[in-house]
Amino acid sequence: MQSKRERERIGREKLQRIIETCKSISDRSLNPFLVDVKENISIAREYLPEWEIPEDLCLDAETIHQIASVIKLQSEWVRHRSTSLYTDPFLLQEKLARMPKEQVVETFLKSWHPTIELEQISLHSLAEAVRYWEGLLPLKERWKEFSSAETERGLATREELVQQRILREKAFSEELDTFWLQLKERVKEKSAEGKILYWDFVGAETYEETVDRAFMTSFLITYGYATLEIHPLEEEIFIKPHEKPETKIGNKQLISIPIAVAVEDWARWKRGELK
Amino acid sequence: MSKRKAYYASKIKRATHMLFYKRHRKPGVKGWELRKALGSDYPKVLKILDDYLKGMDLQVKTVFEEEKQVEKPSLEQLDRARFCITLRGELTPKETKMIGWRIDDLAGLAIAISHIISKRGKAPRKEVEELLRDKLPGWKVGINIDRYIRYGYLTQDESEQLYLDWRTRAEVDQKALVDLLLRSENKVQ
Repeated sequence: MQSKRERERIGREKLQRIIETCKSISDRSLNPFLVDVKENISIAREYLPEWEIPEDLCLDAETIHQIASVIKLQSEWVRHRSTSLYTDPFLLQEKLARMPKEQVVETFLKSWHPTIELEQISLHSLAEAVRYWEGLLPLKERWKEFSSAETERGLATREELVQQRILREKAFSEELDTFWLQLKERVKEKSAEGKILYWDFVGAETYEETVDRAFMTSFLITYGYATLEIHPLEEEIFIKPHEKPETKIGNKQLISIPIAVAVEDWARWKRGELK
Repeated sequence: MSKRKAYYASKIKRATHMLFYKRHRKPGVKGWELRKALGSDYPKVLKILDDYLKGMDLQVKTVFEEEKQVEKPSLEQLDRARFCITLRGELTPKETKMIGWRIDDLAGLAIAISHIISKRGKAPRKEVEELLRDKLPGWKVGINIDRYIRYGYLTQDESEQLYLDWRTRAEVDQKALVDLLLRSENKVQ
């Protein structure tokens, strides 16, 4: 005989499984008739008398909600099959196999409305370019600036390289780990939501230090130690540290987000005008 | 010109600049960008622009984040949608060459899209490759599918399933395509 606690645990697992199945059906556009609605409802009904705490009742409500979504999908599926958009894949495949490609193209062109997009230079950008050109020094003059005086070759010590910022004191990975811990601590101190405003983390006393922190932050995000949360309408950027570095991002598309860390921005942050 | 007319004329100009000229990697502009630049009545501005473009065989197309076309979109859905300018009518086969499409590549795209539609919006890449291999040289099949993905017509998940992407939703009248394919009489090859 099962104890009440054991029965509750099994019930929770079953409901969780129903929710996941229903979600995957709607997320992956699978056949909604793969879900046995009657069976799932009877499971939810069977365990309903067991639930006492609000969390369990919420789980039950979520299960019913997900089952209802699947029923909605089933009705859409039936409707789709009865509309002209539903096509038997084999029938279409047969049709396409017999059609010469010219005919396929002719048919496609009747339903294709390509996007219009222009790239054109404007008078304003031309004027801007001319101004830039006029201000540009000839190459031989510019190269003069970079020609360095010949120096004798010699040996440099590790300390000297660290002093000249060619080498870092710690290994980069070690430094990144320290920086990640620092981020987690700052988030813990400043917010209960597990995130911190980008400038509140990156901003430092000096501009050089700020740039250095922004540089390290970019590596934290690229290597999956943290992620960015962007609210475009509010123009706010948050950094959210991960508990463990996430190397896999699943089917999410990777994007690059340029964030300017200009002196003006840093000054505005210092004055408390920048989020 | 009345004050109101002048107000909309200037907004339409601004909307035209934003929609016609390339701003991002993907063509078109997001609703929230238009709201920021044109104000909260940007759907009305776009409606007027769309009426104006009718005469030039162009249209303002709304591509929603959701796969399906939304009947009565909320402001939030419009903010998240992408707006772009597309051709209202049809191109002739000769014109497609002008815009850089070879007949083989376009036929491959048509076959891939219609196959995915018939499979309710999702088909394994291998299945689509097999279909294309029937009429395209083998070495070209993979390259073409990658190209359709790069252009935004198709998208692929980690289990190599192909789906229709935003560009197909913007440019292709899926119902018309399926109807036309099924109704077409096969010509003798």
